Amino acid sequence: MKRFLEGSRGVAEAIRLCKPGVISAYPITPQTHIVEDLAQFVADGELKTEFVNVESEHSAASVVLGALATGVRAFTATSSQGLLLMGEVIYNIAGMRLPLVLTCANRAVSAPISIWNDHQDSLAMRDTGWIQLYAENNQEALDFHIQAYKLAENKEIMLPVMVCMDGYILTHGYEPVDIPEQKKVDQFLPPYNTSYKLDPSHPITMGHLAEPSCYMETRVDIQNALNRALEMIPQIAKEFGTVFERNSGGLVESYRLEDAQYVLVAKGSLAGTIKEVVDNLRKKGKKVGMLRIITYRPLPVEAIYQALKNIPNVGIVEKAISLGAFGPLFTEIKAIFQNKKGNPKISGFVAGLGGRDITRETVERIFSKIEKRQMDLEFIDVKQERLNEFVRF
Amino acid sequence: MKELKIYARAGQGAITSAAILGQALFLEGKYAYAFPNFGAARMGAPMNAFLRFDNKPVRAHCQVYSPDYVVIIEPALTKVLDCFKGLKEEGIVVINIRKGEELPCLDKQRVVGISAEEIALETIGKPFANTPLLGAFAKATGQIKLESMLKAIEMHFSDKKEILEKNLEAARKGYEAVNETAI
Repeated sequence: MKRFLEGSRGVAEAIRLCKPGVISAYPITPQTHIVEDLAQFVADGELKTEFVNVESEHSAASVVLGALATGVRAFTATSSQGLLLMGEVIYNIAGMRLPLVLTCANRAVSAPISIWNDHQDSLAMRDTGWIQLYAENNQEALDFHIQAYKLAENKEIMLPVMVCMDGYILTHGYEPVDIPEQKKVDQFLPPYNTSYKLDPSHPITMGHLAEPSCYMETRVDIQNALNRALEMIPQIAKEFGTVFERNSGGLVESYRLEDAQYVLVAKGSLAGTIKEVVDNLRKKGKKVGMLRIITYRPLPVEAIYQALKNIPNVGIVEKAISLGAFGPLFTEIKAIFQNKKGNPKISGFVAGLGGRDITRETVERIFSKIEKRQMDLEFIDVKQERLNEFVRF
Repeated sequence: MKELKIYARAGQGAITSAAILGQALFLEGKYAYAFPNFGAARMGAPMNAFLRFDNKPVRAHCQVYSPDYVVIIEPALTKVLDCFKGLKEEGIVVINIRKGEELPCLDKQRVVGISAEEIALETIGKPFANTPLLGAFAKATGQIKLESMLKAIEMHFSDKKEILEKNLEAARKGYEAVNETAI
């Protein structure tokens, strides 16, 4: 049924349909509405799940880890410092091959404290072995959670999935969303069933000591599973399309790339704004387009290469920075084209940190920048006068 | 595509208003994106809510800088902020006017003022100026039918039946008030 809902509510509806046995979370802005809505469902008897209140995100992550280790589907959500506090457990969940689904309501990290949106929090978890999907709008945020469980729990994958949605912009934004019927979700997503669990009648140990003679293979095995996920993600998106009759998910989305000369690459809700600018510039005869990265981990190297190999000018716009180096996605996309045929001029732009709004005019300005000389890193909409005011130590 | 910017203090119902307007438009088959911009949970601080709507899906997720419409729930903010910045020439302002205060004067754009707070006190019993302003917005802009607005309000208050009727009345009175004050 189509409804006009807050993004957080849409996610809560998706999780209700996926019927996790355990939910544990600690409130943090802008994620809070998701678990508040879920807690309300449980209190109203609309969702039969064990909702475990905890004293920190580290505990929330540990509770869902424990639940999954006993073979129970689980869910948690967090943002920013909450995700960082989970960090130690985040690595463990992937290393123990537990198929958790977590919502990251993307928010900047401290210090200074910012409650507003950027992608630095989920980027800090980039190398953990988790799958990361980025939603452009609230329909995708809802859909991706349903797909995420199917992907995570696939026996060929068995890895956690982080569904990333822009804090405030999506979590607190109201949009029309189609909420699927329970029977269709049941058809698409069977109950989680695994023999890989803590069971007193068949005792096993998870996450035990791995000596130098075997640790490295555990990493290679995760890498191989992530490579398989690159095959699996489009298949799951296709199956989702068949069952729910809408396109959602996949690795990347190409937008008006056919004859494009100037292309911006982005993730998340920013992609919607860029699409609108692309349409406006196309009307003025500019050959512009956009490539959206939906699946960021595993990095869809081949899909990105195929999409961009004939584009002469590419700009990567990202809401994160590897301080002391470049934007992370810029570095990775540059690396894809090393020693390959087709070699676009690739520039890197960091924008929207700590919630600075990325306007349509800003996007137009970035398009005009990639017509000029290549640059590895340019911060967009930075106030020089403010920089000059900073106290020097 | 049309864009609306709402000025209020946190706690005055700007987000609720944007969400109800979006819901009403959605009921009429339109696409809408309603979203807030505010500081860190501080009641009374100036904040904005936005609404972008169209006959096709709304994709832009940036804030609103050149609104077609401005709704001002807290008129005192006009003294400290440029609430009309970027307003389109053919734009419309819908503002809550307090006793003894004058309607802001703009060169080109139409300004519709109603005593929203008084209406709210009469109907709801609390100074929630946002509900009468929803009715006034429907009338002043012609973008939403009153019936859709009332239905959207009903949906919003579905679990607060005791205050639903009062809010419906407040919105109706806000709608009617535009007749009397329209230029």
